[in-house]
Amino acid sequence: MNKARKAGAEIKAVEALAQGNSLVHRLSPLSKLAMALAYIIITVSFGKYDYSALIVMLLFPVIGYQLALIPIGTCFYKLRIVLPLVCAVGVFNPVFDREIMLRIGNVAVSGGVISMITLMMKGVFSLMMSFLLVSTTPVDELCRALRKIHFPKLLVSLLLLTFRYVSAMLDEVAVMTDAYHLRAPGQKGIHFSAWGTFLGQLILRSSDRANEIYSAMLLRGFTGDFDYSPPKKYSRLSPLIALILISLFIAARLFNVISLFGRLK
Amino acid sequence: MIRFENVCVSYEKGDAPVLDSLSFEIKAGESVGLIGSNGAGKSTLLKTLTGLLSYDGNITVCNLPLTKDNLAEIRRKTGYVMQNSDNQLFMPKVIDDMIFGPVNYGESRENAEKSADEALAKLGAEYLKDRYNHKISGGEKRLAAIATVLAMKPEILLFDEPSSALDPKNRRSLISILNSIPETKIIATHDLDLVLDTCERVILLSGGRIAAQGNAGNILKDKELLEKNNLELPLSLIPRGEI
Ligand SMILES: Nc1ncnc2c1ncn2[C@@H]1O[C@H](COP(=O)(O)OP(=O)(O)OP(=O)(O)O)[C@@H](O)[C@H]1O
Ligand SMILES: [Mg+2]
Repeated sequence: MNKARKAGAEIKAVEALAQGNSLVHRLSPLSKLAMALAYIIITVSFGKYDYSALIVMLLFPVIGYQLALIPIGTCFYKLRIVLPLVCAVGVFNPVFDREIMLRIGNVAVSGGVISMITLMMKGVFSLMMSFLLVSTTPVDELCRALRKIHFPKLLVSLLLLTFRYVSAMLDEVAVMTDAYHLRAPGQKGIHFSAWGTFLGQLILRSSDRANEIYSAMLLRGFTGDFDYSPPKKYSRLSPLIALILISLFIAARLFNVISLFGRLK
Repeated sequence: MIRFENVCVSYEKGDAPVLDSLSFEIKAGESVGLIGSNGAGKSTLLKTLTGLLSYDGNITVCNLPLTKDNLAEIRRKTGYVMQNSDNQLFMPKVIDDMIFGPVNYGESRENAEKSADEALAKLGAEYLKDRYNHKISGGEKRLAAIATVLAMKPEILLFDEPSSALDPKNRRSLISILNSIPETKIIATHDLDLVLDTCERVILLSGGRIAAQGNAGNILKDKELLEKNNLELPLSLIPRGEI
């Protein structure tokens, strides 16, 4: 299949995931948003060499995916393009920070390696949690939640529209590359002499479509606000669950659970 | 119900107008066919009518002058089936799209869903309800887009090429639906047979001006007039043997 079409289909597939009806889907978007934000902030706040305490944080998204009935592999598959980038953030740490921190048998592990691993873990965990949020909460609901906490209307509309336009743009890329290849058989990719026109066309076409989509929304009463009645019944326990979980995050941050267990033995 | 007085529209300032001093009137309950060759200005007229384009002149819709202040009110009363259904459907599922409008206008979700079910039933497209918009065919998208607009129960219905992409059976059912809707309708199309079957009156656009308007039967029979404006007689009016 055309690569752009595949990418577009994947975005839409995430929206489809968000339509599920698991325990996690039924939590209110606002509670989920609060939880995800708290999770990310707390995860990032772990110390530079704190990998052992950080491991516990992995539990939350893992259990979350189980409860959401979404295979964890989906997350890694969908995020396969960004994951390496996130992991690459710390690759130079081992070069700068050579002090030996840990010995495993004969192997000496430097501080740089540890901080690199810690950083990677932070990035991957945060991504896992963000994806869990996105794949269990429809974009509209997420935007509504943001508006509820008085996020600026402009930013929220922008977020919503970007999401819609990205898939429209990928559709256009798909159509255009198909059209190109039908008339340039046997050619790999798009010849660079055509890049300029191709890009220009793409921008024009996507902005045309974006305009039309925006018109369609306006014509059906979209004002950038979400002040209408909530479409779904969400679990009333959501805020409580959010509170408990956030406390657990904080507890995991304050106490090194793994070493506590170690000491109990 | 709808009145245009000397309406001029151009997409870019200084460009030649795409609609050139149009004047016409459409009464409540009328069904008007808007015909004209490619680029004649049909879609532009419908977009202007829903306040998507700025214009010079006077437009009144439902007794309200088309101004910024009345825009919300007018849009609530008009339903516009766009030429390109892909752009009209922007939610993940057909049902989400169908309740988007009504809910935005303050309906409860239950009521909105009820009107959605009714609209789909009218089109015989109940099976589309829970389908994903990106996984249905072109014609099904068209049906879904029409259902979306019907579910809003507008007072004025604007259709831009409603029959394109529909198979003969769905085209038939579209015609009977159009005939069963008592509301005011404007149907912009090249499908002159559809116009013949659904409209009393026709407005023929050519290069942004009205080339002719009047009784549908009379205009659609006028081979010379149609050909002068790059159109052809509806198939059903061509004598056998000449096809
Ligand atoms: N976004 C735009 N910017 C500039 N010019 C436009 C734009 N859209 C349409 N036009 C021009 O306006 C004229 C009328 O276009 P319009 O889309 O109204 O035609 P139409 O009658 O709907 O044609 P069709 O039967 O092909 O749908 C055309 O000449 C077209 O080139
Ligand atoms: Mg058109």
